Amino acid sequence: MEEKSCPVISKHIKVALVGQPNVGKSMLINSVSNAHLHVGNFSGVTVDKTEVLFDYKGYNFTVVDLPGTYAFTDYTIEERVTHDYLCAEEYDVIINVVDSTNLTKNLQLTAELLTMSKKVVIALNMSDEAQKEGIEINAEYMSELMGVPCVKVSAVTKEGIEKLIDTVLQKHQDKKVKPKLVFSEPVEEEIAQIVWYLDKHRFQSENSYRNIAINLLKNNKKTYEKLHDNPIWTELQPILIEASKHIELHHDSDDVKEAFAEEYASFNRGIVAEVLKQKVKQEKKTITEKIDSVLIHPLFGIPIFLFFMWSLFQLTFEVGAIPMDYIDAFFGWMGDTVGATISNEDIRSLVVDGIIAGVGAVVLFVPNIIILFIGIALLESTGYMSRVAFLLDGFFHKFGLHGQSFIPLVTGFGCSIPAYMSARILKNDRDRLLTLFIIGFMSCGARLPVYVLFAGAFFSPEMAGNILFIIYISGAMIGIIAAKVLKMTVFKGVDEPFVMEMPKYRLPSLKLIWHTVLTKTMMYLKKAGTFIAGASMLVWFLSNYPHNLALEAEYAQKIAVESSANEKQKLANQRSSELLEQSYLGSIGKFSEPLFAPLGFDWKMSVALQTGLAAKEVVVSTLGVLYSLGSDVTEGDNTLVGAISKNISFASAVAFIVVIMIYLPCLAASVVFTREAGGIRYFFYLLAFTSIVAYSLAFIAYNVTRILV
Amino acid sequence: MKKLIECERGEKVRVLKLHAKDELKQRLISFGLMKEAIVEVLEQAPAKQTIEVKVGKMRLALRAQEAELIAVEVL
Repeated sequence: MEEKSCPVISKHIKVALVGQPNVGKSMLINSVSNAHLHVGNFSGVTVDKTEVLFDYKGYNFTVVDLPGTYAFTDYTIEERVTHDYLCAEEYDVIINVVDSTNLTKNLQLTAELLTMSKKVVIALNMSDEAQKEGIEINAEYMSELMGVPCVKVSAVTKEGIEKLIDTVLQKHQDKKVKPKLVFSEPVEEEIAQIVWYLDKHRFQSENSYRNIAINLLKNNKKTYEKLHDNPIWTELQPILIEASKHIELHHDSDDVKEAFAEEYASFNRGIVAEVLKQKVKQEKKTITEKIDSVLIHPLFGIPIFLFFMWSLFQLTFEVGAIPMDYIDAFFGWMGDTVGATISNEDIRSLVVDGIIAGVGAVVLFVPNIIILFIGIALLESTGYMSRVAFLLDGFFHKFGLHGQSFIPLVTGFGCSIPAYMSARILKNDRDRLLTLFIIGFMSCGARLPVYVLFAGAFFSPEMAGNILFIIYISGAMIGIIAAKVLKMTVFKGVDEPFVMEMPKYRLPSLKLIWHTVLTKTMMYLKKAGTFIAGASMLVWFLSNYPHNLALEAEYAQKIAVESSANEKQKLANQRSSELLEQSYLGSIGKFSEPLFAPLGFDWKMSVALQTGLAAKEVVVSTLGVLYSLGSDVTEGDNTLVGAISKNISFASAVAFIVVIMIYLPCLAASVVFTREAGGIRYFFYLLAFTSIVAYSLAFIAYNVTRILV
Repeated sequence: MKKLIECERGEKVRVLKLHAKDELKQRLISFGLMKEAIVEVLEQAPAKQTIEVKVGKMRLALRAQEAELIAVEVL
């Protein structure tokens, strides 16, 4: 499988990977791609599916990983994506991934897949875990009973992966094999009746008559649409109505969908009873239940959660601070060394004060970012996230939010972009919009540098971690209050129900965490190298031009006349700062200064806030450029932290943090927000909403701090 | 017959009927919460705002308003 097959002559197989959430689909796709090769991630306009390409035995495989779905409903956007893909797109084979330790529930989706007339292979995933729990599944017998091949695999131990692909290959070459999905006697009778009718009229269709009959009885919209314009419809309709009545009567329900769900469930129970043997008697309480009795304890649950969050921010600051001095020193050294080799004054300044200072200011915070990302990855992969949603739902609900809003909100601590996208788990559009509006209040990783910088400038290292925690928590609290206000005014309406699976606790896979953190960190670094470097250059240009030759000459003369070195330095600094004020950036800053004056910002801070609209990292790099160019930093204290504590008053700093906390995330996030919210007008609402809240709260914070300190 | 929300921690019950409508009903069913299902109440949040139940091998979180709509009998 190592040799590359020629894409032109080799045959293609497109596989759709389908399964319920939390069955280890992404793990499976990772083991497949690691064993083979390249993972392509295409997050399309509204779709979130991952595609993996690899070659095997002369075939070009494309595996499409679809979002997890419990059933063929269109409840959430993710389910809609999967449903639409399966119904409308071209693919050859479905791999249905099921969790071997929870077979009955997982087969519920399988039963629906089997009525689609597609080639299906069932992957009995987590077979290693099932074995540990004493569960034994007879895969051969199961294949026979269901009429589709079932293969035991484990994404963790990679056991059975190759066999799975072989089976897919085989299935692909096979003629379609009819899956054996058996219903109760009364339903089978009705199906037979419709099949007979379709057969009598030689109805033309790709799908089997049996499946058409099942889909019609299930009220499947797409099947109805197909048949609706056919002449046989007039005769078929009364038969269908009669059949549905019979089935509903049999199930004592007025809902044919419910009736079918029960049919599937009893079929699945039958299969599981035949093929699954539980060797070891299960303990009364599983480990997950024991952990749950502590972590979601009515009294201790929330304090435990708060402690975890506090620890995360402590670690972020304490451990993250260790390598910072080295990184800072490295960029200082790099600036000096590179600067020494460039003779042209302008270019030297561009490279040293522009690019190196700007990028260095951003790279400085990579250790903090890594720790934060590890924390969020842990939260996501252990299963604790759902517990917090459980704990907080009661509280959130009072503020008009949904327990599951917690998931996008906490993702927002990492980056707003995936957070906006993960808000899709909220089905109700109003709830989703509300959550989208307050995600920005959860300070993202890119704002962390600003906080670390200011916390470091104004507080002792012991306190800085606590300050960080306070900043994040108060951002979250403001967000929740904002939610309540929005819920009472703009987003009035019925609440979405809270029904959510509590997954099994799992030890996080080191590999998965490593992979997630590495990807996110590389993205951050890449951004530093491209976007931030570009922005730094722009900021540098705007702060150095236009040249004021008269002013430069004047100062050159003054410096030449002055004899003491100290005075000379003083004059040089004065010159830089006056030149800076004359620059384009200075003009912008001066122009907007009156607007920000009530918040106690000087023009440099005003400029930094405005460049921060592009990306929050740019705030730090702008401050880096501005203060390295034109401030009276003295020898021995040339760090940015030093410059900030010297030039900015405490009250202004607090107000500045408040604005950073609340105002618009970055350009990229705004684009994603607009897309997810479904219209440009929502962007303007968000812009107005966040700006007003940020400005008023910063104004209050500035004045209160001034009185108190 | 009682409602799922009225059950205490550790109680095992059988579902008799879902009084939920349309989408919520579909949702409950897709999680295996349907007629004849055996449900065990595992945990309760303060003031029973949210409960955790076990259906088959899956644990499910439900808000009080939803658990209100599920008619059960104690086993």
